[in-house]
Amino acid sequence: MANATIRKPRPKYLSLTALLFEIRLPLPGWVSILHRISGLLLFFAVVWLLFMLDRSLASEAGFESVRRYTGLPLVRISLLVLIWAYCHHFCAGIRFLFLDLDKGGDLAAARLTSVIVLVASLGLTAWLGYKLW
Amino acid sequence: MVERVVTGAHYGLRDWLAQRITAVIMAVYTVILLVVLVGGVPITYPVWKDLFAQGWMRVATLLFAASLAWHAWVGMRDILMDYVKPAGARLALQVAVLLAIAGYLGWTVQILWR
Repeated sequence: MANATIRKPRPKYLSLTALLFEIRLPLPGWVSILHRISGLLLFFAVVWLLFMLDRSLASEAGFESVRRYTGLPLVRISLLVLIWAYCHHFCAGIRFLFLDLDKGGDLAAARLTSVIVLVASLGLTAWLGYKLW
Repeated sequence: MVERVVTGAHYGLRDWLAQRITAVIMAVYTVILLVVLVGGVPITYPVWKDLFAQGWMRVATLLFAASLAWHAWVGMRDILMDYVKPAGARLALQVAVLLAIAGYLGWTVQILWR
């Protein structure tokens, strides 16, 4: 019991300050929680995307109205966020499929592939945004 | 004794596997669509309309939508199981998710075969 005094105080309760400032997620953790957040976002976005698909296929005038609509700054930013969500969900999902196959599970590989996922999804978003507009 | 929750998972492999299979189907569709959209001719209304008038595109898109429906259900159910603990609230939200997914699917069919 000699070293009992230098132990950190336990139990440690989760609080908002602890969550925000003391507990830092490792990179694979960021990939994971962003995969969840992007999935949730995409689920809610389907109704909006279907609305635009519907209008764009209905008639020539509808197609043009969707084209104008997607030119609005707020719509454009929202679409870019969704494109990022899709790209991140896509890249992180592929990473998870490889993890299921027991590939890339050791620490160095897990960190490296996490960085690749985060950077690749941002890069893809930028490229698609550039291609679209 | 295992405590079984009616709004929980089905304690099986099926949904876990389905989520991965549907993910691969959607990934393949995404790559094909991306090649068509980015690599091909500029998208005007006739090009757009003709693309979705083709049989293979309609079937592929429906397959994508069906995969998305199953995939989204598993994902949303996982999220609800993680964060919504009272069984009644969880069940209500799960029903809402299922209704939304059914609506999405119906709308997709309507758009594709108009």
